[in-house]
Amino acid sequence: MSAEAAKKPERPLSPFMIGPYYKPQLTSMLSILHRACGVALLAGAALLVVWLSALAAGPDAFDCVSRVVGSVFGRVVLFGFSYALMYHLCNGIRHLFWDAGKGFDIKTTYQSGYAMVAASVVLTAGVWAAAILC
Amino acid sequence: MSLRSPLSQARGLGSAKDGVHHWWIQRATALALVPLTLWFAFGLAAHVGGGYEDLREWVSGPFTATAMILFLATAFHHGQLGLQVVIEDYVHSKPMNLALLFIVKFGSLAFAIAGILAVLKIALGA
Repeated sequence: MSAEAAKKPERPLSPFMIGPYYKPQLTSMLSILHRACGVALLAGAALLVVWLSALAAGPDAFDCVSRVVGSVFGRVVLFGFSYALMYHLCNGIRHLFWDAGKGFDIKTTYQSGYAMVAASVVLTAGVWAAAILC
Repeated sequence: MSLRSPLSQARGLGSAKDGVHHWWIQRATALALVPLTLWFAFGLAAHVGGGYEDLREWVSGPFTATAMILFLATAFHHGQLGLQVVIEDYVHSKPMNLALLFIVKFGSLAFAIAGILAVLKIALGA
């Protein structure tokens, strides 16, 4: 594939489908959210390592990191990560069932989708309750 | 006995190159992460209120340290495999594709090792 070859002829492209042509549905929206959460969680994992390293380094370093996490912005970000984690976990389990070949029909997919979102909300609430109460 | 032509095998043609293995490891790490993540999220939540000393005490326990190291290693491995798929899906230029894959994979390894080192430091009392 030499870039110096004859200029590529202009060919018609298919239009971007999502929006004007492809109606957003629960299936596709939950799927892209799963991917987005996954990517975000890798960044979150890196931040977790920063926090752990501060814990290992000593009380001063840990205090500094704690203050950032404890700030309003920090708590909002933390909440976001916690929900992303629970969402990705619940949808991940849903994916594992699909990988085993179960539950592919539309009705089950929609039902499991709603159940999964509900479960992720409950789990996130549970984690924050544990954090506040313990 | 592989049905691939030797040239295609050598060039690693096809977006997945070594796809089935990747697929299985992704699912295996996912399965391991179900209990590990639940343990991590609720365990951490239950102990953050205690402060610096309490947290170190918790992390240094043999079960916690082991589970934490397992969680870090598995999560980063699962994550970089996942991000590999994302990059291969959306980045079309081969050099950029390769560069991003290197960054993600090396970066994940670096952070995983840093995290494990931190847990070991706490657990071994350094």
